[in-house]
Parts: sequence; structure tokens; C-alpha cells
Amino acid sequence: MNIDSKTQRTLNKFIPQLESMSKFGIAFLVILILIFFAGVYALYVQLTEGHIVTGMRDQVVWGLFIVNFIFFIGISYAGALISGILHLLRVPWRSPIIRMAEIITVVSTIIGPTYILLCVGRLDRVHHLLLFGRIQSPITWDVIAITTYLSGSIIFLYLATIRDFALLRDNPVKVARWRNWFYKVLSMGYSETPKQKEILARATDLLSIVIIPLAILVHSVLAWIFGMTLRPGWHSTIFAPYFVVAAVYSGTGVLILAMWVFRKVYKLESYITKIHFNYLGYILVMLGALYGYFTFSEYLTSWYGSIKWDMEVLHRLFDPSDYWWWFFFAAFIGVLLPIIIVTVPRFRNINSIAFASLIAVFALWVKRYLIIIPTLEAPLLPNHDLRPEFIHYSPTWVEWTLTVSGVGMFFLMFFLISKFIPIIPVMKISEEKDYNSLRKKVKERNLRRLMKQVRKSDTVNG
Amino acid sequence: MVHPFCNDLIATFKIENMQIHKQALEMGKVEDSQVNKEAGNSRRNFIRYSVAAGAGSLLGASLLTGKINAEESDGEKVKVLTTDGRLVEVEKGHLCCEPVSHEVARHGIGNKKMVMVIDLSKCRNARECVKGCQKMHYLPEDIEWIKLFLMRDNEDTGPYWFPKPCLHCNNPPCVKVCPVGATFKRSDGIVLIDNDRCIGCKFCMAACPYSSRVFNWKEPKIEPHELDKNYSPENSTPGKVGTVGKCDFCPDMVRQGKLPSCVTSCPNGVFYYGDENLDTVTNGSETLRFKKLLNDRTAYRFMEELGTEPSVYYLPPTNRLFDYKVGFNDISEEEIALYKKEARIED
Ligand code: SF4
Ligand code: SF4
Repeated sequence: MNIDSKTQRTLNKFIPQLESMSKFGIAFLVILILIFFAGVYALYVQLTEGHIVTGMRDQVVWGLFIVNFIFFIGISYAGALISGILHLLRVPWRSPIIRMAEIITVVSTIIGPTYILLCVGRLDRVHHLLLFGRIQSPITWDVIAITTYLSGSIIFLYLATIRDFALLRDNPVKVARWRNWFYKVLSMGYSETPKQKEILARATDLLSIVIIPLAILVHSVLAWIFGMTLRPGWHSTIFAPYFVVAAVYSGTGVLILAMWVFRKVYKLESYITKIHFNYLGYILVMLGALYGYFTFSEYLTSWYGSIKWDMEVLHRLFDPSDYWWWFFFAAFIGVLLPIIIVTVPRFRNINSIAFASLIAVFALWVKRYLIIIPTLEAPLLPNHDLRPEFIHYSPTWVEWTLTVSGVGMFFLMFFLISKFIPIIPVMKISEEKDYNSLRKKVKERNLRRLMKQVRKSDTVNG
Repeated sequence: MVHPFCNDLIATFKIENMQIHKQALEMGKVEDSQVNKEAGNSRRNFIRYSVAAGAGSLLGASLLTGKINAEESDGEKVKVLTTDGRLVEVEKGHLCCEPVSHEVARHGIGNKKMVMVIDLSKCRNARECVKGCQKMHYLPEDIEWIKLFLMRDNEDTGPYWFPKPCLHCNNPPCVKVCPVGATFKRSDGIVLIDNDRCIGCKFCMAACPYSSRVFNWKEPKIEPHELDKNYSPENSTPGKVGTVGKCDFCPDMVRQGKLPSCVTSCPNGVFYYGDENLDTVTNGSETLRFKKLLNDRTAYRFMEELGTEPSVYYLPPTNRLFDYKVGFNDISEEEIALYKKEARIED
């Protein structure tokens, strides 16, 4: 595959990223691996001593693990929805960020379901899901939906990377032999003939169409695990769309954070520009508002109806000695702060948008906690248990370690993938115009549109 | 004593005492030599002995894994007539104990429909049902399959004690959500758990609105010699770590023509158990017509509005035999405080 000088220039920029690792990078890697092994140890303790080592008990049967599960599946929306939709709409500024988004999707769709496994009492019997699977159970729906989604996301990421694999095959970088061999195999003989190009483009289009409903389905099914039970605070018809919106919100947040980090670490300032932060920031605001609207609607309805059991949950959420401050953070700060930061031009810059995303992501994690735990702490029958841990849930070190370990795994996998393939689609980027000129183009286009409107209104009026 | 609702079960066994006559064991597929070999091998010999479900017939032939306790054997033999007309002779001790296989346990017993009626006006928190159940199922003290609540519907009404087993719902939310069919509803109305299949996802626990399910958070500490039965979903014993347990409505006792231990251990006769199809329930000392009882005492089902259709009926706590405070006699101050708090009782 012959490449022009521009592609070569772009590639050269990414070669150090692939070929070597800085001291900082190695230290980071070592820390992540240590965190991973801490998780392995915690898992070992849990497996040998039983779930008694977690904070879960007969009332609160699901704890941090399920919270993390929903959280990770939520942030997987970055790739599925954001990059799927941006791709379909042919949004011109999407190219430098779509690969990042797709990697987020794949990595978090791998880590999320792991938490389900941690929550299962008999890990040795997981194969029963296949042997005795019952289609009536929302868990079976989840197994089907998530495996399909994961396969779809992997293919989506792969299709979008084939051209870069071919590039790396034909312009070998100085890396281990096995890696070059992998590039060769994974490029599947792609050599940028017009026919290949067309097939690839079509396949990518098709997949981005498929992946969007699939993503919506995955999170709806997830919401139904809760919505299908007769529990106050869960048994709600809007749970599926509520979960979907919350998921895209957090997914966008994580995408912005990833952009911020990689821009700094790999010096991608010329690719990931303020435009990207601004535009994604606008998307974030829109989703935040939508999420706030769903939250409001959900709690207003149950408060107004004031069924005894709903009120039990609400009392917990609004009680300052219980969950109020967390609820305040998750439902108010987590919505309003990002909106204010992004919409007020004076506050809006790359760092502040990244900060707003951080708040949104963290708030959404807390929100998932507040969806799961207070409901389980408010059973329909009185709780006469004398053991405090059977009334109030507090996670143990095992659960915290495994949580941190999962986040560590997320970074680890992201980091390793970014060492294996350029974090930005090199081939695609080099096809496109300069980013500064792109910005000009967008401005020009907007101007043209405005002119057209003015002209139109002129003709109408005149 | 044979309770009326067990008649049809017992009738299939024509039992008569017989002289010891070892060679006369005509036990279908189990060879004599095999029995002897097992007898030689262990102190606790098991001739697994499976009573077929469904038709209520005794499959004398499928003597899968019965149990004879060598020491306890008083040598007395009984003859059992299977429904297919064969005469089988076993030691008397074996007749009771051996649980049915996992497969058999998935179907109901005969054309029964087990129900329970709990008379709230007689309960005084004696907690004997809890203890009896724990003893029978080898449960540690901190696992209760039947729980006692102090209920008070609102601030102006009187508090009452409320024993609650699994309600064996006819539209059970727990069964719906199980991804592997480890918890299932049988034709006789009983909801059971197969602890060998359960993956411990706890979805059923989240789905049960009545807090009926408990999890085996750690390995149950039962010495093997304490057990006189092998595991079967019908006796739920021993529980298995990482899986779910709950009140099983004692189908193993039904097969033996006995009553669940909560029924027999309650000193106040609060629990009535029986077969809806035979229209009889009994608390061990009195036997009543089920439908008439429900009608006369205007029985209700707990949280009927959830649509779960429980098999357990409650008789309202009217004309109570005891003041609710009697229930505070044997429990700790701490517990009393908790009960009072939940029931919003002020001193
Ligand atoms: S009371 Fe709970 S555990 Fe028992 S059958 Fe009903 S839903 Fe299932
Ligand atoms: S915990 Fe066991 S019985 Fe309950 S839903 Fe899961 S697999 Fe079924």
C-alpha cells in the first residue's frame, strides 16, 4: 500500500507511541498490574470464604458489584451510540475521537459483565446458564444481549481499524516480531483497492446501524432486571429509557475524559482540538438535561402518588442522615454543574469541560448506587434483624478492592490497546483536511446557511 | 397418627409387620449381594429408596439410594405393596427417610395442592416454629426460614404477631426470574429450590416481595453424621454455600404422611396445613374444612394486591388469645426495642 507524504507524517507522529514506553508509562503499567493482582487476591478470598466477606446480606443482595456492572455497561455507550450516530450522520469532526470511543465500548463491555460473575454465588456453575437457560428470565435476556453487543462492538472496532493494520503492515514499525505478524494477519490482505474500500465503508455503515438499537436494547434489558421486580423504586415503566439516557450521559463523559487524557499524554493537541471538546460538551449538556428530566419525572411521580413503600425509599433518599447528600450530588450537582460549565461561555474551556465530565461520570456512579441500595434496604416487610449489617449495607474491603481493580483493568486494557494500535485512525485522519481549516469550513458553512436563511426571509417578506 | 389429608398417600402402602427374613427382600433392581456389600462397607448403610412422585406410586424397583441405619434397626420388617402389585419388604426404619431424586422433586405429589392457614389470633411469638424449622433443616441459629414480625398496620390499630414462611405463591415472582430454573413451582403448589442447580445470582431474592429467601453466605456447618438424609430439593438439607434457601413447605414430610415441623412444634396450634383438593387442613389437634374455615373467619392472603396469589392464608388477628406484649417475654431488650421501633409503638 503506497502512502502519501501526509499519511507518512501522521504515522510518524504515532510511531513513538507504538514503539516505546516512557518511564512514566512503565510505572503506570506496573501500578495497574499490582492493582489487578490485589483484585485477584480479593477474589480469592471471596471464593474461598464465600460471599460472607462482602457487605451483601439477605436484604441487600446486590451491592457494589451490580453498581459497577451497570456503570461499565453505561460507559460502553461512548462507542456504540456516540460513534455510531456520529458516523451515520457523517459528522465531519468525528474522525479523531471515534477510535477512542470504540475502545471504551469494547473494554467496558468486557469489564462490566465480569462484575456480574463476581456477584454470582456459585462461579463454578455459570455454565448452568447455557445448560438450563430459561428465556423467561431477564438475566437470560441480558446474557444474549450483552454477548451480541460485545461481538458487535468488537467487529465495529475491528472494521474501523483494518486500514491502520494494513498501514502498519506495509510500513513496519520497530516492534516485536509477533506484533508485526499480528498486524499482517489482522489486516486480512487489505490493500486499499477501490472495491475493498467500498466494501469496508458499507460494512461499517451497516454495523453502525445495527449497533445503535443493540446498545439501546442492552441497557433496556439491564434496566428490566430491576424494573421487572415488584420493588419500590425499581418497578417503574420509565426505567429502560431512564437507564439508556443515563448511560449515554456517562458514556459521553468518559469519552471526553479519555480525549483529555490522551491529548495530554500523547500530545495530540493538533488532532483533538477545542472543537471536539465544545461539541461533545454540547452533547453532554443535552444528555444531562434529559437525564435530569427523567430523574425529576421518576421521583416526582412516586412522591406525588405517595404509596407507602415508595415513600420508604424516598425517605431514605431525602434523609440527611441517610442518603440525602449523595442524592443531592447525583441528582442535582451531577446535572446542573456540567450544564452551567458548558453553557456559560466564560467557564467553557477544555479543562473545565473535562472537569464537568468527571463530575457527571462520578455522579452517575453514585446514582447507580442510589438506585440499587436504598431500594433493597427498604423491603416491603419490616426488618427485625438484630445484626446491623443485615439492615444497612456497607461495602467491605473485598468489594472496594475489586471495584478499584476493575477501574484499573479499564485503564490497563485501554493503555495496552493504545500501545498496539494508534489511538487515532491514522488513515482516516490523513485523508481529511487540516483541522484548523476544518474549523474554518464549519464556520463558513454556518455562515452560508445563515445567509441563505436571511435571503429566504427576505424573499418571503419582500 | 395419620392425618386425613395424607390418607391417599398412605393408602398406597399396605403395611404389615413381618418376621425378619432377609432373603425375602425382593427389592427389584437392588441385588442382595449389593446390599450386603454396602452393609459391610459402612456403618451407615444406605439403601436409597425412592418413592415416585406424581401418581403416588411406590416405585419399589427404583430403590436408588435408601438408607438403613444399622444400629437403629430393630430388625422389624414391613411389607410394602407397590401400585403395580409387587410386594416389597424393607426394614421399617427405611420407610420414612429417603428423599426423592432431583427429577422426581420437580413434580408435585399426586393431585395435591398444599395450603397453609395461619391463625394470627393465637400467635404470641413463642418462636417454637422457628426453632422447630431450624432443627428439622439443620439451620444455624442465624438463618430463619420462617420469620416472626410484629405488625401494626397504622398508629391507631393494635399490634399483632405475624409468622411468615415462604408463601408458595401461585404466581411466584421468584420462579419467573430464575435464569436456570433452579427454583420452580410444582403441581402441588410447592415452590422449591434445587441447590445443586442454583447459581446464586440472588435475582429471586430481589424478586420475592415477601423477604422469604435467605442466602447461604458461608458453608453451612453441619457434621455429616448429624444428617440422616441425603440432599434432595424436597428436604433442602444440607444447604449449599453460595445458593439460596427458604421454607420448602416440607414435601418430604407430606410423603411420609407427617406434618411440617412448624405445625407440630407450635404450642398454640397457629398453623394449619393441608391439601386444598381434599378441602382439609389440620394443626395436629384439630382438623377443619379448608374452604369453610376461610369463609367463616374471613381469611386473607398477605399483600394480595401484588398479584402473587399466595398459598398461605391468614386468619385475622381478632379476639386475640394473648396480649401482644406476651411476645416480649422471652426476647432480649434490644430485640424488643427493634420490634417497637418498626411497629411504631411508644411506651
Ligand atoms: S413468598 Fe417469595 S419465595 Fe415464596 S413463592 Fe412467593 S415470591 Fe417465591
Ligand atoms: S439465586 Fe438460584 S434460585 Fe435464585 S434466581 Fe438465581 S439461580 Fe435461581
